[in-house]
Amino acid sequence: MAQATLPPEVLDDAKARRYNADAAGLGRLRAGAFVAPALALISLFLVFPALWVLYLGLSNYRLTGAAAAAPQSVGFDNFVKALTDPEFWSSTWLTFEFVLGSAVIGQVVLGFLIAWIMRDRTGPIKRIVEGLVILAWILPSAVVSFLWVALLDRDGGTLNTLLHLQDFAPLLDHPMLSIIVFNIWRGAAFSMMLYGAALGNVPPSHLESARLAGASGWQQLRDVVFPHIRGHVLTNLLLISLWTFNDFTPFLLTAGGPDGKTEVLSVHVYQVALQGGELGYGAAVSTVILLINLVVAVFYLRLLRSKK
Amino acid sequence: MTRFVLRRIGFYVLIAVLLAFFAVPLLWLASAPFTSDPTYQVRMPDFTSENFRALFDNPYALGSLWNSVLLAAGTAALVVVFATLAAYALSRVRLPGRDALLYTLLLLSSIITGTAAMVPLFQLAVELQLIDSQLGLILILTGGLLPAAIFMMKDFMDSTPKSYEESARVFGATPLQIVRHVVVPLVRPGLATIAVWAVANVWGNFLMPYLLLSDVEKQPAAVIMYTLYTEGGQANIQLLGTFGLLYSVPVVLMYLFVSKKYGFRFHGGIKR
Repeated sequence: MAQATLPPEVLDDAKARRYNADAAGLGRLRAGAFVAPALALISLFLVFPALWVLYLGLSNYRLTGAAAAAPQSVGFDNFVKALTDPEFWSSTWLTFEFVLGSAVIGQVVLGFLIAWIMRDRTGPIKRIVEGLVILAWILPSAVVSFLWVALLDRDGGTLNTLLHLQDFAPLLDHPMLSIIVFNIWRGAAFSMMLYGAALGNVPPSHLESARLAGASGWQQLRDVVFPHIRGHVLTNLLLISLWTFNDFTPFLLTAGGPDGKTEVLSVHVYQVALQGGELGYGAAVSTVILLINLVVAVFYLRLLRSKK
Repeated sequence: MTRFVLRRIGFYVLIAVLLAFFAVPLLWLASAPFTSDPTYQVRMPDFTSENFRALFDNPYALGSLWNSVLLAAGTAALVVVFATLAAYALSRVRLPGRDALLYTLLLLSSIITGTAAMVPLFQLAVELQLIDSQLGLILILTGGLLPAAIFMMKDFMDSTPKSYEESARVFGATPLQIVRHVVVPLVRPGLATIAVWAVANVWGNFLMPYLLLSDVEKQPAAVIMYTLYTEGGQANIQLLGTFGLLYSVPVVLMYLFVSKKYGFRFHGGIKR
C-alpha cells in the first residue's frame, strides 16, 4: 500500500490485437472467474477505502468515546475545520517545501547531473558511483532512516566528527533541511536511471555537430539534449512529486517534530487521526491528499496517451 | 592545456563529493556490526562477533525477520497467482469495459497510496477484526499491489504468441490446463519480475504493518528496526547495526540477482 506505482509501459495496440484472440477457448464466463479474485481484493482493500474516506470525512468519527460507537454526519465541518486550521496550512506548506526542495529540485538536478557526467564512461568509477546511489534507493526505509539519525546525531554523529563541529544538531536546528537532504540522497537513483536511459536516446551525431559548431557545454545541454529528453523530464517530475508527496519516511526520521516543523501532510494525517483519534478530521485531510494525487495522476496518464 | 587539466580536476572533485555524499551515511552500516561497543560514530571495526551474539539472544529480532519473510512471500504468492489469472483473461478475452477497467485500475493504484488510505484501512481492519492478523495484512497489501501487477503482467501476456495455446486446444486441453502448462512457462520471466517486485515492496513497507500489527511477536523487521531506535528513549545501538545489516542484505542480493539475470530492464515507474 505504501507504494505509488505508475507503470508507464504504453501498450502497442496493433500487437495486442494480433495476439489477444481467445486462443485457449476461455469464454467470457471463465474469463470473468479468472478476473474475479483480483477484482474482489482490489475492490475491498483499495476502492472501498477510497470511497469510505469520503464518507468518514463527513462524519465525527473518533477512535474512542461516544462518537466511536455512534458516529454522526457533520456535513462539511471537517473540511471547514481543516481549511481554517493553521496547522493544516503549515503542514501543507511544509509538504510543498519538501516536494519542491527534495524532488522537483534536488532529485532532478542531482539525478541528471550524475547521469550527465557518467554518460559516456565505463569502468569502476561509474560502477561505484551508480552502485552507491542505487544502494541508497533500495535499502529499507527503516534502515536508512536510522543511518541518517546516526549521521546527524548531536553527540558523536559522524557528520559532527567529520566536520569537527560541537553540538551541531541538524535534526533539531534545521529539521526541514535535514529531511530534504535525506530525501535527495534517498531518491536520486530513480532520476539518475531515467535520465541515463533518456540520454542514451540523444543521437551522438547531433552533439558532435554542436561541438564542432563551437557550442559550449551549457548550450549543448539546452539546445541539443533538452529537446530530446523533454518528455522524460515531465514523466520524472510527475512521478517523483507524487511519490515524495505520499512518502511516509520523514516520520521515521523526525516523527513530525520538533514542534511540528517537519509535519508534512502524510505525517499530519497519522498524527491527527491515529495518534489524536480524530478519524473524521483525518479522513477530511486524506480526501485532500487523494484529490491532489488524482490531479497529478490524471496529468501523467494524459501525458502517456499523448505520447502514444 | 591548462583548461583541460582544470576540467579533469573539476571532474574528479565532483566525483569525490558525490561519492562522499552517498557513501558517508552508509559507512555506519558497514562498520558498526563488527565494532565492539558501537556508538553513533563510525569507527574502524575490530571484527567482533559479540554484536551478532546479542542479536541471536534478542527474543524479537530473528522472529521479526521471519515475519517479514512470511508477509513478503505470502503477498508475492497471492499477487502472482491473482495477477496472472486476471491478466491472462484480460489479455485474451474482450470482456465488456475492459479498457476502462484497466485505465481505472492504473489510476486508482497510483492515487490511493498508504498515506491517503491509512485512515479508512485502519478502520476497515478494526471492523473486520484484521488488527494483529498477518493474513489480513497480506490481503490488504495484495489489494494495493494487484492493479500495477495486473498491468505489468498483461504486457507480458500480450506479447506471447497464441499459437501454442491453439495447438494445446486442438489436443483437447482444458483452459485451466492451458494456462498451467502452456501460458505459465511462456511468461515465467514476467512471473519472476512481479514476484521480486512484490517482495521488495513488502519487505521495505513500514506504514501498513506499523498501523495494523501491534503485537510485537507478529511485527516484521521494518517495525522492529524503528522500535529499536525510538523506544525507551535510548537507541539500542548494539542491535541496530547487526539487525539493520541482516535486514538489508536480502534486498541487495535480490537487486544483484535481478540485474544479473535480466540485465537492467528499466521499468519506468516501478519502485518500492
